[in-house]
Amino acid sequence: MSETSTRLDVLKTYKLYVGGKFPRSESGRVYEVTDSKGQWLANAPLGTRKDTRDAVLAARAAVKGWSGTTAYNRGQVLYRVAEMLQGRREQFAAEVAVSENIGAKKAAALVDAAIDRWVWYAGWTDKVAQIAGNGNPVAGPFFNLSVPEPTGVVGIVAPQAGYGHSFLGLVSVIAPAIATGNTVVVAAAADAPLPALSLGEVLATSDLPGGVVNIISGRTADIAPTLASHQDVNAVDLTGAIATDGPGAAAELEASAADTLKRVVRPEVDPFAQDWTVAPGTDRLLSFLETKTVWHPIGI
Amino acid sequence: MAKNTKKAEEPVRKNGLFEYAPAPESPAAAGDIATSYGHFIGGEFVDSSGSEALKTVNPATEQVLAEFAQGTEEDVDRAVAAARKAFTDWSALPGSERAKYLFRIARIIQERSRELAVLESIDNGKPIRETRDVDLPLVAAHFFYYAGWADKLDFAGYGANPRPLGVAGQVIPWNFPLLMLAWKIAPALATGNTVVLKPAETTPLTALRFAEICRQAGLPKGVVNIVTGDGRTGAALTSHPDVNKVAFTGSTPVGRAIAKQLAGTRKKLSLELGGKAANIVFDDAPIDQAVEGIVNGIFFNQGHVCCAGSRLLVQESVQDEVLDALKRRMDTLRVGDPLDKNTDIGAINSAAQLSRITELTAAGEAEGAERWSPACDLPGTGFWFKPTLFTGVSQAHRIAREEIFGPVLSVLTFRTPAEAVEKANNTPYGLSAGVWTEKGSRILWMANQLKAGVVWANTFNKFDPTSPFGGYKESGYGREGGRHGLEAYLDV
Repeated sequence: MSETSTRLDVLKTYKLYVGGKFPRSESGRVYEVTDSKGQWLANAPLGTRKDTRDAVLAARAAVKGWSGTTAYNRGQVLYRVAEMLQGRREQFAAEVAVSENIGAKKAAALVDAAIDRWVWYAGWTDKVAQIAGNGNPVAGPFFNLSVPEPTGVVGIVAPQAGYGHSFLGLVSVIAPAIATGNTVVVAAAADAPLPALSLGEVLATSDLPGGVVNIISGRTADIAPTLASHQDVNAVDLTGAIATDGPGAAAELEASAADTLKRVVRPEVDPFAQDWTVAPGTDRLLSFLETKTVWHPIGI
Repeated sequence: MAKNTKKAEEPVRKNGLFEYAPAPESPAAAGDIATSYGHFIGGEFVDSSGSEALKTVNPATEQVLAEFAQGTEEDVDRAVAAARKAFTDWSALPGSERAKYLFRIARIIQERSRELAVLESIDNGKPIRETRDVDLPLVAAHFFYYAGWADKLDFAGYGANPRPLGVAGQVIPWNFPLLMLAWKIAPALATGNTVVLKPAETTPLTALRFAEICRQAGLPKGVVNIVTGDGRTGAALTSHPDVNKVAFTGSTPVGRAIAKQLAGTRKKLSLELGGKAANIVFDDAPIDQAVEGIVNGIFFNQGHVCCAGSRLLVQESVQDEVLDALKRRMDTLRVGDPLDKNTDIGAINSAAQLSRITELTAAGEAEGAERWSPACDLPGTGFWFKPTLFTGVSQAHRIAREEIFGPVLSVLTFRTPAEAVEKANNTPYGLSAGVWTEKGSRILWMANQLKAGVVWANTFNKFDPTSPFGGYKESGYGREGGRHGLEAYLDV
């Protein structure tokens, strides 16, 4: 009789990632995550409005340190995330495969693409100011310079559907926002939260300061409206919000964000149509930046 | 024999100042103002489909200058249709040809700048010195600058072959009627969009005169359309289903309403909203220059400026010195006839605006701040407000929190740079800020810390078409001016 056949797997309790820590949800509740055949995979914490508000507090507290660090340093931290992910490639491939009901080979390719995406954004941190800022040749004796600055706290509704959404899509919305010095609160894909919750474990061991990325699993209908209406969130990325009517629909969230004049990234008309494997441009990097222009007289 | 006590003739003095001889600009230079105006749609001046007309008055005299149409939904429909029709050809035109139209417009504005400056002053109430020396040169410069972009969009940093959005609906305020028109129309046309613009209901005349300039320039019909009216017309325009892009400059509440209205649509939106800028004076600042900057920051254009330095943050150790110098300088400000070339502060734009300023300043006194104004006589008719200073202001006072949009300065103090930053950023607005200090490293540190789209160091209220302008937080989103200003009108 083989020894392994009697060994019971040690299952992981998935937890939220907030402020660099792994709290259970304040709801005290979980929800079942299943594969496409309805087979139970794990319990995920049922994140609440309160969890979301706590995460915003953590994200706000992290803004000063993260935006104040040098771009060179931020780049190294992002690259470190890629390094850590590389070591856990197989784990993520397995989680993506069951989350999206795809084969092991495709899932591994999506994870590789996600790792490469961290590397791509790691290289952007110390270049974005050079393409988004410039000196302005004003008609007068002034030194006049425009520089980009992070917006602050960004609330993100991670992709909820479409090929590669659970991990590559998730990385594609988080990495550009933090590359430029913002901090984020992310509503994970509700039906496929396991790769997102595991990403928290990677981020916690990647020199990323606590609070820079906060990940909440649960019903987006609870989390997304909290982010959109929160007074202390500066921008929302509604990529994963459904474009049509319904609770938590993009239009409703955008209207709610208008109360505090948040910057809004709207979802694609068809969220299933978004191809995350296509190389990203600079859109997402530039979406969460403010341009600051400084004038000073020239003279002796 | 009675001794003749009469001395040799002394110069006339008023409020301790030498009186200047009047130096009036001729109102006739404004050209003919019609008794009534319709809209400018499809290259023609047309009557409104409705019968409602509004009146625009000279705020310095309260005389009615002209009647103009209250644009109806049908009028807006017609204008958007004209812009849509024109879009096909205009967007297909080579950029080099679009550029030439914009260069023509810039040149005609330069040629007719005296006419436009006088007309602007009459309709708005701002001093001729400012319309002549600030507004009009900047208006021409904006068209000149964006003209040059029209055939260089591939090099603007938004990728190759950026596309125009379509029809832009633009709503502008009354504080810089022509300048705001230029900020909106020049980049829209350079990028290949067509526009429907609604000027403010108290200052429609220069926009209508601009329509004539479009005709003189031979601009294709329908590329620029002007529809006049009040907020109802503006709402009809911003909510019009066939408008692809909305650009608004005005108050934060209206901007918020527009953002809500556009939620769920694919219309691109840019907003330039209110502000409550801190003008921060450190103890090592050159006091005389700082005082000039403070005065320019809050009394330029009667304080009708969204980026006005309406909160003076002065370091405690130099408070008395700065305030004494500031009061001395305010004593010399000349308030009165906007068409007099010596006038520093003209008329408040409307009775409604005057009553808002009056209400907020009364709240300042009621909440315990101390009010001071120089002794000056105000004309009997028209809308006027003395340049006003409040001391003893706390951060909770309404005059420190709400945008007053008038010649009213609230003075607060601070001890350390960190406290200055804290107080400066303690507002939902984030449009502009001023820093006065001789220490370079402190300027750069302050500029880094301040949450504001424009930071003027040892200067204030400087504008240039090459320089991006726009706010953080609830001062709106998007930038106007410079390379950045193109993005608002491109599909990128």
